[in-house]
Amino acid sequence: MAEEMETERADVRDDGRRPPRAVVGSHRIEEEIFGKVFDRNIVARIWDFVRPYRRQVTLAVVAVLVFTAMQLMIPLIIRYAIDHGMQPGGDRSALLYAIIAFGVAILINFAASYAQETLVGNVAEDVLFDIRRAMFSHLQRVSLSFMDKTEVGRLMSRLQGDVNSMQEFLETSVLSVGDITLLIGIVGVMLYLDFYLGLLTLSALPVLFVVRIFWLPVARKSFMAAHESNSVASGALAEAIHGVRAVQGMDRQTVNFTLFDDKARTNLINHLKAARLAQVMIPIVDTLTGIAMALVIVVGGARVLGQALDVGVMVAFLFYIQRFFDPIRSLTLQYSVMQRAMASGQRLTDVLDVRVDIQDKPDAKALSAEMDGSVEFQNVVFGYNRKHPVLKNVSFRVNPGETVALVGPTGSGKSSCMSLIHRFYEVQQGAVLVGGHDVRDLTQESLGQQIAMVLQEPFLFTGTVFENIRYHKTEATRDQVIEAAKAVGAHDFIMRMPDGYDSQLGQRGGNLSLGQRQLISFARALVADAKILVLDEATANIDSYTEMLIQKALVKLLEGRTGLVIAHRLATIREADRIIVLQNGELIESGNHAELMANGKLYSKLYNLNYASFDDIPEDVMEDAASPSAT
Amino acid sequence: MRYKRASRPSACAPHTGMTIVTASSPSGAAQLSASLAHVKAAGWGKGLSILTRITVMAFRHPWQSGAAIGATFIASAFQLMIPELLGRAVDQAQGIMASGSLGVEAQDALLWTALLLLGASVLRGLFTMVQNYYSEAVGHHIGYELRLACYEKIQRLSFSFHDSMHSGDLITVGLLDLEGVRMYFSTALVRMIFLSVLIGIGAYLLLSTDVVLGLLALSFVPFVGWRSSVTQLRLRATWLDLQERLAVLTRVMEENLGGIRVVRAFSAQKHELEKFDQASRNALSLAHQRVGIRVANTSAMTLSFFAAMGLVLWVGGAKVTAGEITVGTLASFLTFMTILQMPVRQLGLMVNAFARASTCGARLFGLLDMEIAVKDDPKAPALTVTEGTLRFENVGFAYPAAPDNPVLQDICFEARRGETIGIVGPPGSGKSTIAHLIPRFYDTTEGRITIDGQDIRDVRLQSLRRAVVVVQQDSFLFTTTIENNIAYGDPWARENQIARASESAQLHNYVLGLPSSYGTVVGERGVSLSGGQRQRLSIARALMLKPAVMIFDDSTAAIDAATEQRIRSAMRRYASDRVTLIVAHRLSSLMHADRILFVEDGRIVEHGSHQELLALGGRYRALYDLQIRPDDETLAG
Repeated sequence: MAEEMETERADVRDDGRRPPRAVVGSHRIEEEIFGKVFDRNIVARIWDFVRPYRRQVTLAVVAVLVFTAMQLMIPLIIRYAIDHGMQPGGDRSALLYAIIAFGVAILINFAASYAQETLVGNVAEDVLFDIRRAMFSHLQRVSLSFMDKTEVGRLMSRLQGDVNSMQEFLETSVLSVGDITLLIGIVGVMLYLDFYLGLLTLSALPVLFVVRIFWLPVARKSFMAAHESNSVASGALAEAIHGVRAVQGMDRQTVNFTLFDDKARTNLINHLKAARLAQVMIPIVDTLTGIAMALVIVVGGARVLGQALDVGVMVAFLFYIQRFFDPIRSLTLQYSVMQRAMASGQRLTDVLDVRVDIQDKPDAKALSAEMDGSVEFQNVVFGYNRKHPVLKNVSFRVNPGETVALVGPTGSGKSSCMSLIHRFYEVQQGAVLVGGHDVRDLTQESLGQQIAMVLQEPFLFTGTVFENIRYHKTEATRDQVIEAAKAVGAHDFIMRMPDGYDSQLGQRGGNLSLGQRQLISFARALVADAKILVLDEATANIDSYTEMLIQKALVKLLEGRTGLVIAHRLATIREADRIIVLQNGELIESGNHAELMANGKLYSKLYNLNYASFDDIPEDVMEDAASPSAT
Repeated sequence: MRYKRASRPSACAPHTGMTIVTASSPSGAAQLSASLAHVKAAGWGKGLSILTRITVMAFRHPWQSGAAIGATFIASAFQLMIPELLGRAVDQAQGIMASGSLGVEAQDALLWTALLLLGASVLRGLFTMVQNYYSEAVGHHIGYELRLACYEKIQRLSFSFHDSMHSGDLITVGLLDLEGVRMYFSTALVRMIFLSVLIGIGAYLLLSTDVVLGLLALSFVPFVGWRSSVTQLRLRATWLDLQERLAVLTRVMEENLGGIRVVRAFSAQKHELEKFDQASRNALSLAHQRVGIRVANTSAMTLSFFAAMGLVLWVGGAKVTAGEITVGTLASFLTFMTILQMPVRQLGLMVNAFARASTCGARLFGLLDMEIAVKDDPKAPALTVTEGTLRFENVGFAYPAAPDNPVLQDICFEARRGETIGIVGPPGSGKSTIAHLIPRFYDTTEGRITIDGQDIRDVRLQSLRRAVVVVQQDSFLFTTTIENNIAYGDPWARENQIARASESAQLHNYVLGLPSSYGTVVGERGVSLSGGQRQRLSIARALMLKPAVMIFDDSTAAIDAATEQRIRSAMRRYASDRVTLIVAHRLSSLMHADRILFVEDGRIVEHGSHQELLALGGRYRALYDLQIRPDDETLAG
């Protein structure tokens, strides 16, 4: 046996070849990051969110303009001070005036920059949260069929990444107004001070502009590559962390390390390249600044002679030159921000535009708590895809207080029945009646209050045990919660937890076993205290000890309620008042255990196969039993 | 006036640490930040030793770090020349104006100044580029090295470590903390050198020219430096706080969307929106507060800078009029101030970078220095499997977190090649722990486990893990194709080997029905498999490895009894070559075993074959009665 084991099983071969089937942290789904620079519809949609803050935005724009004006003023004041307050024989009071003007200018500058940044920063945050809330609350109303086919991760990246890039866009677009005015202002002032010299100096601007136009796409590609390889390497690291037990169990450390090294090295190379591209702009801008300054000195120096130019103007020019490349830099960056924002905006509006299929009628009634608790299906036809009905003309009635077990092979339509009672989906034909009312005539909220549902996979929220059992019934008292937990037999294990009912549950209740989570979700349904209980029995194998508790809890849960149970366990099925057998979307028989056993149809065949649970029956055996020819 | 708004997001930096959290990994961010917030700043001494350690790492790239630091000196020298030259130019122009003539000499002098200025600008740009590039490059190299070290360490650390560590915290260390350490060289060390040279020499030049004016010109430096440091540290603290609040918001949204059926079932949308609003308001108010802190300080810093400039203009102007200094000198003072402004504002960033590197470094190095609990002697011999006999000799075990609470005591049994041993017992009895001790996921605390007489602690870990394979309870799927997942332990495997293992695990037919068959991507971002399918895949995975000891750790619970039966008969062919251990709570999974051990409270309380144990009428019998319908015993597979 020893010789049978290839010791080089997982390693990288000597010639450096990597195992063909080994990957680390692969398969990432990429989304379009850049859209059009400007998309009228999207801007209009975003504007809807900004509109409530239009006063602040207007003020912010005014403040930006004032701020920019002050930025332009300051060199002019210095120029005035030099030309009028510091020349031999000049007016002494001119210097004082200049200083006073300077003082006023910097105070205005202070106020304007304070107002501008506060307004822009706060409005951008507000809008960000508003957009997120609008999306979130919309997602609470869209139909479950949309939620079924949409990954949570995708929605989360809309709610976070895309919303964040919107915030960046909002912040920078107001500030861009300042950049543009600053640029225009500097050009204007320079031309006004000395048209000829101004023109000469400004000739450096288009050069930078052209350089950046060529530089930007290349640089952006490189930045993206660096960003991408960084995500890849991070993904691989996360995978190693989450899958560490599998990695060690299969002894893949060595080969994984080599593969990770490949990715990390690519990442290093990409980052070095991106850094080179980012830095290469610095000497270009500095050279252009140097050229502009040299021009001002040489040409300006010559023009000082003959009073064509004051020294103060020269100084002002030198100040402006040190500033005037900044707006170009930020404006070209704004281009990318806008592209990104348009792509994100598209995705945000996609979410906001998901149609709400199921809405309350304008005259919808609230289902009263005094209703009788009956459930009736009248010739219901339903399918997730209209062409392939999952339920074909199904009719049955569950009387108040009765417990009915829904039984049938996978895909027979049991779960769909359950969803229709709560109107998660709309029937195609026929009607579902709860308490004698068509569910379409009732408000969804009141319907939900009268129907408690227990899903197959118990879902718990982060929080304490108490909060989870109480859930949305915030008015429920501690005693009620404890009582419910006792009733379903969860009290004992809850009390064994470190803080009893105040123990924090881990992510999705990770610190509890499946059976315990199930019991808590039972307690939650009990606290909801609804007339009708719809329950999808868990199929997963729960250890026999917890299983017993669950069976007992079920009895408690159904006491005094109308119960509709998608049953998998024979024990549950036999206890039911009535059994409805579904197959391929059709109701094929109904009656109590004894009746169904007597008629010799599908149910009795399945039962006689002697499996502890209908889920244990292999598909082919099930098919044999179900086909009419098999006897 | 190189004044730049501090609030501007730097879209130019695609890889600043913070963007990782906010943009690209929404769900991870939740966990990352939560743990970050709990880290207190390390003590001075410890902080210093961490920074030294990073510095040493940097100087392991002597050329690059040398280039970065050398260029820093040169770049700041050229930077300092510029105000001087500008001042000189202004004086020369003033002279021309005063003399009313433009002699060749004056013209030459002006031209020279212009050329020098151009030269200084170009060189400043070039050396700044060299400085920035190489200091970033050193950071990226350090980052690369640390990433590898981190990855390797995480892969090698034992289960007991991973049990005690939240995976989100590890990701934080591997991504964000690493980033903080990586940025140290460029944003803390090199920047400090740059600032010291610039401010130091600049101050000397100014003060030696004119003490009063120099003091006035520099008056804003301490204020701005102090404000910006305080602000950055406060922003950092509130950032961590904000991340934590955003994490709550993320969790609310994620749980709502993930549990949407529960939300709808209880018509709890209103309740959920309230939860959302509360979390959202919490985060928003802090976000506003942060805007306030930032804006108040940047505005104050700008004001103090301009106030100092106004004073220089005033006093300097008077001095010019009095003939004490020239206009050029004044201009050079003013230019110098504008040059100094940005770097002084960056003092805060520098302080922050030091703080960040020391806290992040503490965690990162803490991880890298972590002792690996289960390790082997590099000189240890490889395990040689001859008879294939596995023995537990008085094995006892307690988790390192609770050494006084033994999980297993006195476990003794022997399994020979071809035998199947079943292990059953109530939840928490320690049955899974037995499975985990054999491949040394944990080390026994008492007694020993041997394979063919070799203590498993005395052989090379790699050879042991290749001989012992556990099909784990929670089978992790890697986000890749099904075939790559099946071949995870043997990535050189051929297609037919994979198909064969998959057939034995009763997965083959299902896979063929998938759109891309074995090429279908599964896992987090792929097709999701049901619990039973996942377990079948991990059985196939284990079968690929042809281990001498194969352990099923409750790994068929989600597989229906009939399929399990088929898997069992498919495996029967190979079972004679190995020891098979089945840990399960479903009796039908293990009652065919040669021997069954009933474990309770960490001890074997009953053992024997299925029939023997039934006859014994003890705990096993009770469990059997509970699980199997008493009236039809026949269904036992």
